Amino acid sequence: MTADRTLEVSHVRLAYGDRVIVDDLDLTVPAGRITAIVGANACGKSTLLKSMARLLTPRAGQVILDGKDIHRLPTKQVARDLGLLPQSPIAPEGIAVSDLVGRGRTPHHGPLSRWSRNDDEAVAAALEATDTTALADRPVDELSGGQRQRVWIAMALAQQTDVLLLDEPTTFLDVSHQIDVLDLLTDLNRRNGTTIVMVLHDLNLAARYADHLVAMAGGHLYAAGDPDEVLTARTVKDVFGMDSQVIADPLTGRPLVLPIGRHHVPASSDAAHPA
Amino acid sequence: MTALAPRGALEIVSQGRARRRRRRIVVTGILLIAVAAAYLISLMVGQTFYTPAEVWAVITGQTVPGASFTVGELRLPRSTVALLAGLCFGMGGAVFQTMLRNPLASPDIIGINAGASAAAVVGIVFLSFDETTVSLVATVAALATALTIYLLAFKDGGAGARFILIGIGVAAMFNSVVAYVLSRAAEWDLQAAMRWITGNLNGAAWSQAVPLAIAIAIVVPVLLWLTRDLELLRLGDDTASALGVPVERRRIMLIVCAVALLAFATAAAGPISFVAFLAGPIAARLLGPVGSPVLVAGLFGAFLVLFADLTGQYLLGMRLPVGVVTGVLGAPYLIFLLIRSSRSGGSL
Repeated sequence: MTADRTLEVSHVRLAYGDRVIVDDLDLTVPAGRITAIVGANACGKSTLLKSMARLLTPRAGQVILDGKDIHRLPTKQVARDLGLLPQSPIAPEGIAVSDLVGRGRTPHHGPLSRWSRNDDEAVAAALEATDTTALADRPVDELSGGQRQRVWIAMALAQQTDVLLLDEPTTFLDVSHQIDVLDLLTDLNRRNGTTIVMVLHDLNLAARYADHLVAMAGGHLYAAGDPDEVLTARTVKDVFGMDSQVIADPLTGRPLVLPIGRHHVPASSDAAHPA
Repeated sequence: MTALAPRGALEIVSQGRARRRRRRIVVTGILLIAVAAAYLISLMVGQTFYTPAEVWAVITGQTVPGASFTVGELRLPRSTVALLAGLCFGMGGAVFQTMLRNPLASPDIIGINAGASAAAVVGIVFLSFDETTVSLVATVAALATALTIYLLAFKDGGAGARFILIGIGVAAMFNSVVAYVLSRAAEWDLQAAMRWITGNLNGAAWSQAVPLAIAIAIVVPVLLWLTRDLELLRLGDDTASALGVPVERRRIMLIVCAVALLAFATAAAGPISFVAFLAGPIAARLLGPVGSPVLVAGLFGAFLVLFADLTGQYLLGMRLPVGVVTGVLGAPYLIFLLIRSSRSGGSL
């Protein structure tokens, strides 16, 4: 199964009230690949993701899913093609894991249709994929942060969409759980061809896991493309205002950013300020 | 997912779901029986005791000396109004509490009942409206109050806590309107106006029960249909929207349905205090996290009003309006909630 959904952002302007966050931004999400969006705090990356998920209507421009303006499609239709994991989703007190995951089936139900064996199968498969079957009957609010994040991803999986958007899925997780979550998303992408777009804070993890890296600065697109080309010391300087040295990750060959602070200056000082 | 899940996972999922479904059915069933029992007892007891057989005979339209009047004309409308009003308060309250994810978000605390009461007493005392007009004006006022609070609180996507705080302010404002109007009221208007202050079932008649029953027949099916989306709204607006819920539209529909129930119940029996506030959390406690608490809250509300009215009439040695009894039950719970929320960090 290969997803051939096209998701495109065309000249969008996004604003809250009078405050324009993103202006005239163009972006094409490669189908069936993993895209990571990086940028400094308040650069508009979460806002952009929100508009791609149809949660925020652009003041100008369009978000186009399969050739159609996403903000003109019914909510339910979009929800069958495109899933979203927000930054801080809320679990109702006491809800059991499998019930929460089952909520992901909603877009596949009409007003009168009943829960079917198909739905149970989708939930079970999502639990298996995220390794949370053993937690099925436990209340979500009793789980650890890493477990909870896997459960939320399971809910998004049960939704069985071809495109999955995630807003900082690794925040608040320790390093091993961050890797777990990103590995899980890679599995999903490789196995089902799901198009994944995620906002990430960690540049090195973004470079390692993304096929396509998008760097944003001040509400604009700074650069987009192959991580090897996008993630340079110059990008880090322009996007984050920070000096750094970028080397090849000895494990993967992808770029690896070594930040330079005021107290840790590189031995060969010419590497700090590339032309 | 193309891969089928192993049988084990599938069984865990379907068995867990069946278990939670059973619990929902059992809790709903027990409450239905409790409501039916309280309703029957309220028809049997009083100054004269009638057997269930006599009560049944009256309900089925036979003439039973004495009972036909006492049960048919006095107790039956009173108990019916109690049951239906309790159902409305319980369901309406649970909708608000669930939607705003806060037990303090009950319509009797955030000024929706107060809005209805203020409009009603103004209508009675200053404008000399008849009973039907008063009910109508009160319903419109309750809706207007709810939508005003909604617009103020949700201006930029908004939050539950702001809704509650604005609501408490609105409640205070309308309560002072009520106090002012009553201080200017003529003595003959006071009796009618007082019913809008504390809930009271004295003198409840079919003329109150029938409009309430019609409102329930129209609104409750819509509301039960909306509970599925209400459950999704509990996950937060973003998640609900990502799951295909048209958030704004559903929220407005839920508010309109809930307020309609509350307003009609208030018109029939006055704002019986704390029923809307108590029913939701108790229903959630009884039910556990196995589905929407709205219907169960309605049943519990019906039971609570029937029980409180029986208590107020016969168990305390003096006759008290039903709202006084529910107030005595509800106030300690409000204090408990406020203490708990200030301990857990102070935010509402």
